[in-house]
Amino acid sequence: MSLTVEETKTRNKELIDEVLEAYPEKTAKKRAKHLAVHEEGKPDCNVKSNIKSLPGVMTIRGCAYAGSKGVVWGPIKDMVHISHGPVGCGQYSWAARRNYYIGTTGVDTFVTMQFTSDFQEKDIVFGGDKKLEKIMDEIQELFPLNKGITVQSECPIGLIGDDIEAVSKKKSKEYGGKTIVPVRCEGFRGVSQSLGHHIANDAVRDFVFDKTDPDKNKFEPSPYDVAIIGDYNIGGDAWSSRILLEEMGLRVIAQWSGDGTLAELENTPKAKLNVLHCYRSMNYISRHMEEKYGVPWVEYNFFGPSKIEASLREIASHFDDKIKENTEKVIAKYRTLTDAVIAKYKPRLEGKTVMLFVGGLRPRHVIGAYEDLGMNVVGTGYEFGHNDDYQRTTHYVKDGTLIYDDVTGFEFEQFVDKIKPDLVGSGIKEKYVFQKMGVPFRQMHSWDYSGPYHGYDGFAIFARDMDMAINSPVWDLAKDPFAA
Amino acid sequence: MPQNAEKVIDHEMLFRQPEYTALFENKKANFEFGHPADKVAEIRDWTKSWDYREKNFKREALTVNPAKACQPLGAVFVANGFAKTLSFVHGSQGCVAYYRSHFSRHFKEPTSCVSSSMTEDAAVFGGLNNMVDGLANTLSLYKPEMIAVSTTCMAEVIGDDLDAFIKTAKQKGSVPAEYDVPFAHTPAFVGSHITGYDNALKGILQHFWDGKAGTAPKLERTPNETVNFIGGFDGYVVGNMKEIKRLFSMMGVEATFLCDPSDAWDTPTDGEFRMYDGGTTKEEATAAINAKATFIYQEHSAEKTAKYIAEKGQEVVALNSPIGVTGTDKFLKELSRITGKPVPEALKRERGRLVDAITDSQAHLHGKKFALYGDPDLMLGLTQFLLDLGCEPTHVLSTNGDDKWAAKVQALFDASPVGRDCHVYPKRDLWHMRSLLNTEPVDFLIGNTYGKYLERDTGTPLIRIGFPIFDRHHYHRLPIWGYQGGLHVLMQILDEYFEALDANTNIPSKTDYSFDIIR
Repeated sequence: MSLTVEETKTRNKELIDEVLEAYPEKTAKKRAKHLAVHEEGKPDCNVKSNIKSLPGVMTIRGCAYAGSKGVVWGPIKDMVHISHGPVGCGQYSWAARRNYYIGTTGVDTFVTMQFTSDFQEKDIVFGGDKKLEKIMDEIQELFPLNKGITVQSECPIGLIGDDIEAVSKKKSKEYGGKTIVPVRCEGFRGVSQSLGHHIANDAVRDFVFDKTDPDKNKFEPSPYDVAIIGDYNIGGDAWSSRILLEEMGLRVIAQWSGDGTLAELENTPKAKLNVLHCYRSMNYISRHMEEKYGVPWVEYNFFGPSKIEASLREIASHFDDKIKENTEKVIAKYRTLTDAVIAKYKPRLEGKTVMLFVGGLRPRHVIGAYEDLGMNVVGTGYEFGHNDDYQRTTHYVKDGTLIYDDVTGFEFEQFVDKIKPDLVGSGIKEKYVFQKMGVPFRQMHSWDYSGPYHGYDGFAIFARDMDMAINSPVWDLAKDPFAA
Repeated sequence: MPQNAEKVIDHEMLFRQPEYTALFENKKANFEFGHPADKVAEIRDWTKSWDYREKNFKREALTVNPAKACQPLGAVFVANGFAKTLSFVHGSQGCVAYYRSHFSRHFKEPTSCVSSSMTEDAAVFGGLNNMVDGLANTLSLYKPEMIAVSTTCMAEVIGDDLDAFIKTAKQKGSVPAEYDVPFAHTPAFVGSHITGYDNALKGILQHFWDGKAGTAPKLERTPNETVNFIGGFDGYVVGNMKEIKRLFSMMGVEATFLCDPSDAWDTPTDGEFRMYDGGTTKEEATAAINAKATFIYQEHSAEKTAKYIAEKGQEVVALNSPIGVTGTDKFLKELSRITGKPVPEALKRERGRLVDAITDSQAHLHGKKFALYGDPDLMLGLTQFLLDLGCEPTHVLSTNGDDKWAAKVQALFDASPVGRDCHVYPKRDLWHMRSLLNTEPVDFLIGNTYGKYLERDTGTPLIRIGFPIFDRHHYHRLPIWGYQGGLHVLMQILDEYFEALDANTNIPSKTDYSFDIIR
C-alpha cells in the first residue's frame, strides 16, 4: 500500500516527533535539527549538519584518524603509514576498507600492513618523538623501497605536545629529502571523520605539492590528462572507473588515493582536469589545485548507467570533439550490457524501497543506481556530511524523503521498524541489527565484500547484489512457522 | 567487454580480464614510477634471509602487524557479558566505532556500545559534561539496567577521574543515585585487550562487593558450595561458554559465570533485534563473593581480578586456556578437588572418544612442525595440545605475552620429548614471525585472520585459531575448550593438513600417484 507524497510527509513528521520523545529535553532539542522531511524546492533538505555528536546516543561516526589514515592516506600504496600512538587504532583499521592495489606487499607496497609506534606509558610520560625518529630509521632499514612515510597521529600525540613536524623535517633532510608527512589527525579533533579528510588534504598540499622537485618523475604531458580524485578503489572501484575514462580517450595520470602512488600525487597538478568522485573527502585539495595550479575540477557520479552516462558527457564537455565522439561510442558500447542487466534485475526489484545511512558521497550518489533498477530511496542521511552535501542531495531525493543526519542507533532502528523498507544500506555496525529484524541489508561502505560498484562493470555487480539481498529465500525462514 | 549480465563476474575474476591487465600495465609503466622488477625481486628475496631476520629482530621502536589490540576492547567485551548492561566508553567517539566494527566483523553479530564523544573542548576542559549528558542520554534511549564505563586513551592522557565524574553525574540527576555505574580506567598505552578485560571485570566486581560506590555497605563473604567461572577474553566465547556450562552440569556443580556474552553474541534472526540478551545478572555478580572458589580459564585475562577475589578469601584456580586431553583433564581434576565431586562416567567416555580420535589420526600429525601466535593463554593451551599430538610447536609467539609467560611456555617444551627444538618469542609481532617462517620453515601456521598474509608470503598453510577471525564464518559458534572443543581443534588441524596434502599431490601424471582416496 503506497502512500501519497503528502501522506508520506505527515507520517515521516510523526516518526520524527515520536523518536524525539525518547530523549531528555535538552538532547531532543539538539537532535531535532538533524531530522527532517525533504521539501521539494528547499535548498538543503532542512537539516543541520557537521555538528558535534551527542554523548551517549550511539553515533555511527568515527574520528579524524579514521578520515586521514583510514580513508585518505592509507590507500597510498608505496608509502609507509605509521599509526602513531597506542596500538588500537591501527589494529582496528588494519586492511578493513578493502582498498585494492597491485604490488608486492612488504617490499614495494604496504597498504595491508599495520605499522604502529605502539605507545607505552613511558612514551606518554616522556613524549614519543625520540621513538618516532628511531621508527623512521627502522622503516628505512627494513623497508628500503618505501617512497615516503606518513605519521598518522592518534589522540595522545596532540595532548602530550609531541613535535612530529620537527621529527619529520629532520628525518626528511637526513634521508636526502625523502617525503615524510606529519598528519595532525588526532581522533578528538573535529566532530567526525570529516576533519580528518580535510587535515589529510592539507598535508598533501604542505608536504607533497610544496616540496616536489619539478624535475622528479617527468612524463610528456598530453591535452587529455585527467586525475581521478576521491576514489578509494574499494573492491576495485577506481579501476572500473578508470577503464571508462581511458576508453573515452583520456589519459588518467593519477588515482587519489586507491591504488595510488606518491608519484601520482606529485604529478596531479599537471592534469588538465581533476574529476572528483568523493566530493566530501577531497574537495579541499581539488579547490587548492584550481587556485594554485589552475586545474579545473568537475564532480562526477559513476553509480548506475543514468548517472554514469551524464557524468561521461559532463567530463567530455571539457575536452575536444574527438573525446566527445569517443564518449558517445563508449556509452553505446556499454548500453547492451546495462540493458541486459536492467532487463534481468529490474523486474525483481521494481517498486522496492531502500533506506540508506552511509558516509562520504554515497547517501546521494547511489540513489540513481537504485532508481535505474526501479527502486525508491525513501530515507537517507550522512554520517559526516556538511551543508554542501545536503544541498547536492536535493537534486537526488524525492519530495517527502526522510532525512536523518548523524543518525543515532535508536533513531535508525525506530525509523526502519516503522517504515519497513525492503532494503537497508549502511555499515557493518548496523548490518546485523537489521538482519536480525528480518530486513535485507547491504553494507554500502565495503560493498559487503563484493564490488566493484563503480562504472558499468560495477553496476552489473551492484544489481546482482541488491537482488541477492532482497530476494534471498532466507527472509521467509526468519518468520515464525509455529505461530497460530 | 569483460562484464556479462548473464553471469556477472566479481572482483576476483573481473580484474584478470585482458582489458584490466592492460590497464594495470599501462598505469604502472607510465605513472607509478615504481622500482624496477629486478630490484623488487632482490629486496623480496632479501626479506626472506637470515641477514634480514637479524636486522628485523633488532627492532626496538617499530611494531609491524602486531597480534594485540587495546584495553577498551576488552572492557567492551566484559560489559557485553553482563545482563542488560550497556558499555559506555569515555573519550573519543571513533574508538567506539572501531570496537563495534571489530567485534561485529568477528562474531557477525551486532555489538552495542556508546561513547561520550569527547572533542577538542573536552580535551581542554575535561569531559565531565560529556559524562553528565552521556549517562542521561544512554539511560533514556537504551534503558540498560547497568552502564559499565571504561576509557579511551584520550580521557586517560588528560586525566579524567571516572569515580568523581560518575558521582557528579548522579548528583546532577543523569541517572538515579542508586543506579549501577561500575567503571574501570582502561588506558590503551598499558597492556592490551586482555588487560582491559581484567580491569573492567575487576571494576564490576568491586562495584558490587565493595559498597556500590558508597551507596551500600561492603559485602561480607559467607562461603557456600558454588564456584565461579571466568572465561577471559575469548573469540570462541559463544561456543566455549555453552560447552563449559555443559561440563559443569555433567559434574553436578552449581556455578556462576562472571561475564558471559555467549547469548548477547548469539541471538536468533527471527524478526526482533535484541540489544541485550543473557549475561551475568547483578544478583549473580553480587552473590559470587560467597563462592567457594573461582576458576579463571585464562589467567592473563584476569591477573588483577584473581588477586582481588583471592583477597576476599576465595581459592582461585588460574588456568591457561586448557585445550584437548591433558588440558581438560587438568581443569576437571581441579574442579573435582574443589567440589569433592567425581568426574562422571559420561565425561570419561567423552574423554575416551577424544583419545580415540587422536589415535585414529596421530600418524598424520606426528613430528609435524607448527608456528603459532596469539594471546598468551591460548598459546599455552595450544602448545600443550600440540605436544599431546606429537607435533612440534617450533615457534610460539605472542605480542602481548611477556617474559614470565615465555618461561611457562618453555616449561612445557622442557617437559616434553618433542619440545627440544622449540622456541618461544614474547613481545614479538607478525613481521618477526614472517622472518621465522622464512628462515626456519614449518609445516603449518596457527593464528588469526591476519595470518593469511604470512600464508601468502611464506607458503605456510594457515589454520585459523584465534581472534579476530574475519574471513571465515561461524568458528566462534563451536567450542575449542572441553573434550568436545579438543575434537574441533583436532579436526581443524587435520582438515588443513589433508587439504595441503591433496593440493600437493593433484597434478595428473606428475604428482597424482599420491592422490589417495584413503588417508
